[in-house]
Amino acid sequence: MNFHAIRAIYVFEMARAGRTLLQSVVSPVLSTSLYFVVFGSAIGSRMADIDGVSYGAFIVPGLIMLTLLMQSISNASFAIYFPRFTGTIYEVLSAPVSFVEILTGYVGAAATKSVILGLIILATAAVFVPLQINHPIWMLGFLVLTAVTFSLFGFIIGIWADGFEKLQLVPLLIVTPLTFLGGSFYSIDMLPPLWRTVTLFNPVVYLISGFRWSFYGVSDVSIGVSLTMTLAFLALCLITVWWIFRTGYRLKS
Amino acid sequence: MHPVISVSRLSKTYASGHVALKAIDLEIRRGEIFALLGPNGAGKTTLISIICGLVNPTEGSVRADGHDIVRDYRAARAKIGLVPQELTADAFETVWATVSFSRGLFGRGPNPAYIEKILRDLSLWDKRDSKLMTLSGGMKRRVLIAKALSHEPQILFLDEPTAGVDVELRRDMWNVVRALRDSGVTIILTTHYLEEAEEMADRIGVISRGELILVEEKTALMRRLGKKVLTVQLPAALARLPDSLANYQLALSEDGTELVYSYDAAIEDSGITALLQDLAREGIAFKDLHTEQSSLEDIFVSLVKDNR
Ligand SMILES: Nc1ncnc2c1ncn2[C@@H]1O[C@H](COP(=O)(O)OP(=O)(O)O)[C@@H](O)[C@H]1O
Ligand SMILES: [Mg+2]
Repeated sequence: MNFHAIRAIYVFEMARAGRTLLQSVVSPVLSTSLYFVVFGSAIGSRMADIDGVSYGAFIVPGLIMLTLLMQSISNASFAIYFPRFTGTIYEVLSAPVSFVEILTGYVGAAATKSVILGLIILATAAVFVPLQINHPIWMLGFLVLTAVTFSLFGFIIGIWADGFEKLQLVPLLIVTPLTFLGGSFYSIDMLPPLWRTVTLFNPVVYLISGFRWSFYGVSDVSIGVSLTMTLAFLALCLITVWWIFRTGYRLKS
Repeated sequence: MHPVISVSRLSKTYASGHVALKAIDLEIRRGEIFALLGPNGAGKTTLISIICGLVNPTEGSVRADGHDIVRDYRAARAKIGLVPQELTADAFETVWATVSFSRGLFGRGPNPAYIEKILRDLSLWDKRDSKLMTLSGGMKRRVLIAKALSHEPQILFLDEPTAGVDVELRRDMWNVVRALRDSGVTIILTTHYLEEAEEMADRIGVISRGELILVEEKTALMRRLGKKVLTVQLPAALARLPDSLANYQLALSEDGTELVYSYDAAIEDSGITALLQDLAREGIAFKDLHTEQSSLEDIFVSLVKDNR
């Protein structure tokens, strides 16, 4: 294992985040606060409790997941896309590092950043609604697992993208709808049966459901299924990245 | 002694169908400065990129210090430093940070004293805390060299290192290159400035259209192909060449005050003695004479022309 290389990439990426600290923290915190004001307080005050959880509290896990997914993807995709774009990627490609080490460095840093941000959002939420976390270890576990999985997904997008448009298209066109339709703002039990079945093909449902369970002990699907689906998506991403480095797809001609 | 790099039957066909390298065989000796010469698009960068792991070979194999560059890439790459042709840099990083990053990436623990030495050798020490985007092109080139040297490689690739570089940097760079060679580092460079190859290299390989036309000691190459030119300056202008001199490769300058004689430096009898005697017989006096070696550029141009 080339630990010096992992450390070099990780430190480089964290330093990059440090330079843009304000914008990477302020904007998600601001938008989450707005969600709480609008959905939590204004609309939520007129909504009935869901599974015995007040609406304001109910949306907390979903909102954290929304930020976590978006940030993980954009952090990791940008981290690998930018060196490809400027050409500095040559150094990583010519270094004595395996794809596992490259991944650990880039994805590790991206996931670290989004976990930190997730915790900041959690703290922000606590300002608006009384928080209750029944299974804190599971909560952290889901947070880290999701951050890692979607940073990996972002890494793949950053390699696949051949322009800045594509880099932003996927989070915008795929992840946002999946998150909104994944039960961030409602329980999927509230959907008509047909739509409930359709929703079960949305991977984000399992993340949000499992994450919400760690807070309130209630969930749309069982925790075991949530965990399995998340791990399956993680495995799928890992296989894709392995294939990318094996073939040199979009990295080597 | 085993070659430090051995390339065998290496071919590259890009996805576009373009054949960039055709079954290249090449051995680089440990500790030499090897110059790869060729016109634009000849395949120099492709060859270097394959050895360094940036481009997948289509066929053939490469060993660096005995390690196969694909199967045993870790060991092979740890030995190699690369200064790419294109100037690329992380704009927001400082010189010190980016060079330290490179060292780590290549698996070496921090060594501030060594990095300080490289930065000083490359006249970058004063700029160590500057962000790369504030540096001039020449300075960025120095940074790329410092990055390539950061992990103390045994083999250094310089892809057109002096393209767009000022005289001062070129001098600094050659000093660094010579010092590296003296410390046992093998250097492979590509260049368009043929005088550089002539000045720097121990051996020269000429590549054209993906084929290695020849590989030879620089001195042998110069001797084998070197034409020399003897210029005889006359005290009085000559209207035309005497007929008795017609069987020499002789030219009269426009103003009639210079005779130019081309000959093959490699041949025992250059014909100079006979020429001078014949000149004396014709009663032609001479003021001065000097000889000139034809440059590598001339040799190169004629080689590539022959190959077409
Ligand atoms: N990624 C690529 N895809 C297709 N063709 C390429 C690629 N890179 C280089 N080439 C072509 O391969 C040939 C050799 O290029 P290169 O190795 O860069 O030459 P040199 O460095 O000697 O100028 C050129 O004709 C170039 O256009
Ligand atoms: Mg080139």
